Amino acid sequence: MKQMIWAEILENRPLTGDIFSMVLSVGPMAKEAKAGQFVNVYTGEGAHLLPRPISICEIDEEKETLRLVYQVVGKGTERFSQMTEGQEVQVLGPLGNGFFLPEGEGRHILVGGGIGVPPMVELAKRLQGQVDVYVGARSNPVLLDRLEEVGATVHVATDDGSVGFHGNVVQLMEHDGAKGDDLFACGPKIMLRFVTEWALKNNIRPQVSMEERMACGIGACVGCVVKIQKQGEQDWQHLKVCKDGPVFYGDEVIWE
Amino acid sequence: MRQVNLSVNIAGVTWKNPVTTASGTFGSGKEFGEFVDLNKLGAVTVKGVAAEPWKGNNAPRIAETYGGMLNSVGLQNPGADYFMEEDIPFLRQFDTKIVVNLCGHTVEEYCAVAEKLSEADVDLFELNISCPNVSAGGITFGTDPKMAERVVKEVKKVAKKPLIVKLTPNVTDITEIARAAASGGADGLSLINTLLGMRIDIKKRKPVLANKVGGFSGPAIKPVAVRMVYQVAKAVDLPIIGMGGISTWEDAIEFIMAGATGVAVGTANFANPFATVEVAEGIERFMEENNIMDLSEIRGIID
Repeated sequence: MKQMIWAEILENRPLTGDIFSMVLSVGPMAKEAKAGQFVNVYTGEGAHLLPRPISICEIDEEKETLRLVYQVVGKGTERFSQMTEGQEVQVLGPLGNGFFLPEGEGRHILVGGGIGVPPMVELAKRLQGQVDVYVGARSNPVLLDRLEEVGATVHVATDDGSVGFHGNVVQLMEHDGAKGDDLFACGPKIMLRFVTEWALKNNIRPQVSMEERMACGIGACVGCVVKIQKQGEQDWQHLKVCKDGPVFYGDEVIWE
Repeated sequence: MRQVNLSVNIAGVTWKNPVTTASGTFGSGKEFGEFVDLNKLGAVTVKGVAAEPWKGNNAPRIAETYGGMLNSVGLQNPGADYFMEEDIPFLRQFDTKIVVNLCGHTVEEYCAVAEKLSEADVDLFELNISCPNVSAGGITFGTDPKMAERVVKEVKKVAKKPLIVKLTPNVTDITEIARAAASGGADGLSLINTLLGMRIDIKKRKPVLANKVGGFSGPAIKPVAVRMVYQVAKAVDLPIIGMGGISTWEDAIEFIMAGATGVAVGTANFANPFATVEVAEGIERFMEENNIMDLSEIRGIID
């Protein structure tokens, strides 16, 4: 059940120049949340009235907290970055479907590109078996230590070669001969497209977490659509990232 | 203290209070039913419905602007059959009126959806001749008085529900279109639809919206909307549902004083899912505090 609450900020600190980690005290919302879901965070000012959809990086059911790792990309996220511990923000969530988790042990490939890395942390915690996380970034990737702490094997590719493999994340997966029973990805659309192609070539059905410009976050405005052609259906349809997604099967996305 | 009377009469249909939703901002009510008690709304105006399903425009469809937003959804909807099977039974569980927004590309399509939904359990029709996001139909009917009169006249012939006509602000003189709708037989008017707007991403040197242009809504457009409701209320003798940037009860009172009978909350729903009920409760409080027993005491009081 979605809830709209005022959440106290327990932590809000930069991980790099423009990527921040915010921990929120959210009460019972934490128990409801799943890996791959997101929350709406409201700016609290009329000038920037739309909520900002931010993916959930980590869930702590005992402490009743959510960790959001976000990039400052505009006025709304800039405002969040200036907030301090003890202040409150209005949060609506959890929203979206989240990743579909396989049962039992297995070998899992997780792919995060840029600000698509954060949801991989909670996902890595919830999967059983071997978890390989492939991280792609322009330079200076975040959350590598945290991913290792939660038991994942981390492989890094950077566009400038400053950390790890010099190239993109799909080239790295090809280079390493990545293997898995399933694959979960979040990142830029172009990356998701190439990851999907790689996965299908390797007989893996990929789950991709999509992003699109959003207004309401609850399926009412029909703003955040992607073209999806469901298996066995004759025609594509515009599905909502906020409600039908953000996670879709990569083979059902019409990439354009 | 006597009980204040919030009820209003829109084209022969009594609403328990003047508050409804602006079409396209509230889905079919289900999405918001988790947050607000739909029984507290005078009416729910649902997202536009066409005779057949529409896929709408490409994404990106949304862009925020200072104090508002642009959208270019393009009236994506699952069609009249789906609406009748899924959405009407849901909404009928609540003690609120149902206003269904009708869209089409041609006079024939408008008539087809009006005919289909005339058999359905809804209370009012809102004829959408003002959407700026579809290439054929929509706004092309709403900007030409002759075409507006014709489409209203034709839909009136088949519609078995009172017909509200939704007007676009993207015209030189909105009273001219209002009069045309009235002479076509409209039972009421709703205004304003969105203003045509545009945003450009200066890094990419491209429009932000895939459709290039889109409908501008939100608090930033409220003064334009109040002005147009005021002008139209003076020009025609039809009930008006006022909308355009209403986020608070104070905004709603402005529209009522300008001449509106009903008021619709639109974009504010995205910023605050509780906005509709807050507006309704605020109006009631304002009436009690100011000893206003009926909204007719303040409706259209501006000379």
